[in-house]
Amino acid sequence: MSWYLAMPLMTPVLTAVAAYLLRGSGIGRWVAVAGSALGLVFALMLMNQVIAAGVVTGQMSDWPAPFGITLIADLFSGIMVLLTAGVGLAVAVYACGEIDDDLEEMGFFAIFQLLLAGVTGAFLTGDLFNLYVWFEVLLISSFGLLILGGTRQQIDGAVKYVVLNLVSTIIFLCGLGLLYGATGTLNMADLRLAVDNSDQQGLVTVLSMFFLVAFAMKAAVFPLFFWLPASYHTPTSAVSAIFAGLLSKVGVYALFRTFTLIFDNDPAYTQPILYVAAALTMVTGILGALAQTDMRRVMSYQIVSSIGFLILGLAIGTPLALAGAIFYLVHNIIVKVNLFLVAGVATRLCGSSEMSRMGGVYKTAPLVALLFLVPAFTLAGFPPLTGFWAKVLLVQAALEAGNWGMVALVLIVSLLTIWSLMIVWARVFWAAHPEGLEPRTADLAPVRLHLLLPIAALGLASILIGLFPNGLIVLVQAAAAQLLDPQAYVDAVLGGAP
Amino acid sequence: METLLAMTLGCLVAAGVYLMLAGDLLRFLFGLTLISNAVNLAIFTSGRITVGGTPPLVPDGAYEPAGDVANALPQALILTAIVIGFGLFAFALVLTLKAYGLLGTIDIDKMRLSEAKPDEDKA
Repeated sequence: MSWYLAMPLMTPVLTAVAAYLLRGSGIGRWVAVAGSALGLVFALMLMNQVIAAGVVTGQMSDWPAPFGITLIADLFSGIMVLLTAGVGLAVAVYACGEIDDDLEEMGFFAIFQLLLAGVTGAFLTGDLFNLYVWFEVLLISSFGLLILGGTRQQIDGAVKYVVLNLVSTIIFLCGLGLLYGATGTLNMADLRLAVDNSDQQGLVTVLSMFFLVAFAMKAAVFPLFFWLPASYHTPTSAVSAIFAGLLSKVGVYALFRTFTLIFDNDPAYTQPILYVAAALTMVTGILGALAQTDMRRVMSYQIVSSIGFLILGLAIGTPLALAGAIFYLVHNIIVKVNLFLVAGVATRLCGSSEMSRMGGVYKTAPLVALLFLVPAFTLAGFPPLTGFWAKVLLVQAALEAGNWGMVALVLIVSLLTIWSLMIVWARVFWAAHPEGLEPRTADLAPVRLHLLLPIAALGLASILIGLFPNGLIVLVQAAAAQLLDPQAYVDAVLGGAP
Repeated sequence: METLLAMTLGCLVAAGVYLMLAGDLLRFLFGLTLISNAVNLAIFTSGRITVGGTPPLVPDGAYEPAGDVANALPQALILTAIVIGFGLFAFALVLTLKAYGLLGTIDIDKMRLSEAKPDEDKA
């Protein structure tokens, strides 16, 4: 059992227990922040180890694979765990400023840490049924976070979120059971060999569609995305931010993992489906964003649109496309969390997230406006920020694949993204407040620092990665190479490596 | 035996889909439960059905179970799935009750509060 793998998982679980026990005392929330910081340290150590060793594996209770449950981190997992810990810490600090004592009493910080544990577990597991269990952990935690507070709007959004996620869970479970029946194994590395050697390739392709639909539903891919814009704008800002950054990305991660490791047997069948889904997700997402009048709903639809870019990378399937998609994933997680946090501050200043009741932030709270501009420019893809590099890689991959239609679509959708952000900028930041309010940054005291510090830190991360992208580009190219040639992954699991 | 189970599964899924399309949140959840039980049965079937088989016990000195045995692992998986499904269903039921209390309806077409048009009341 490798401690590098266990610590990023155990830290949030133990922190959750501590935060729950100390929830009434006023230090519970700071224990949660300290736990998140510790989790970030362990995630960095894991990343360091993965870069050094290539693949880190551990067998739970020393049951050898494929009989026991495998934990495994390759570069892609390592990057995702690191991002989870990073944005988890940022949102935990923000939540200290936003969450009041009542919500803390109900266990907000404990559930939040359990959500982080579920997401980390989904990234680290090497066993398909264990992935299902981690999905349930993060799902039930997200249910809790979504309804804490219990306003009418929240409950209405939660109903849609809950039922559609339950449907996708059932489809996942069904595919899982039938795949076990067809191959006799659930270990992902072992499944790769079993699928390669299977004499029922047609059946395996049909089963892969179960996983495609289930994970696409969790990732909010067209036409299964309706639950996302119905619910993401209803809970507290900290919750929306962590949902926006991580939850749908877990679905994307699962798609990448299963369709590169296990179901790469029939790309002629799966790739056209992924292409069409990617194109429609990009377009419907951004058109939805343009039609909305609530700041947080605009951003929810932008999430849907950005999922399209990620699926496009998987659909093209070349090393460069996957590298571009992973780079986009890194960029998008940081930026989306950042935008939702800024939206939370703007909502707090203006008293509403409905854009017709917001305004004047640029004039009276220029710092908040500046903090919005950084992620907005990054999302739109202005050079030299991260969104630019991610889109350069994806467009280059599409050009190399000779897919001109997709290149045009990516550029058009990027342009529409700028438009939707301009609408937000013009109405929330530039125009005067319709009710004559003059929102000032000083109004945020005494929690000004809790709210603005994580936003500034995430913005700084975007800028720094954008200015010095070489290190990350080399890293994501290595991660993409590992995804496309999983021999090292399979050997690490089944070769008896400690 | 497999044929009988397959037909049962088909009936369960059909009834579940019918309930889910009825436009009422509570019926939707009942339909979902029927389908999740159908899925559990499907996993059960994928672990081999034996008629008059023996328990999966390994005799002394041997390396594999003797006689006609079913795979026990899918049954363990179903056990996990039942527990998780039970928890989620309980949560969904309470949420439905809460929604009925706060929104005054569980008619799915009328639950539009979180996606209201801008001029509708958003309180």
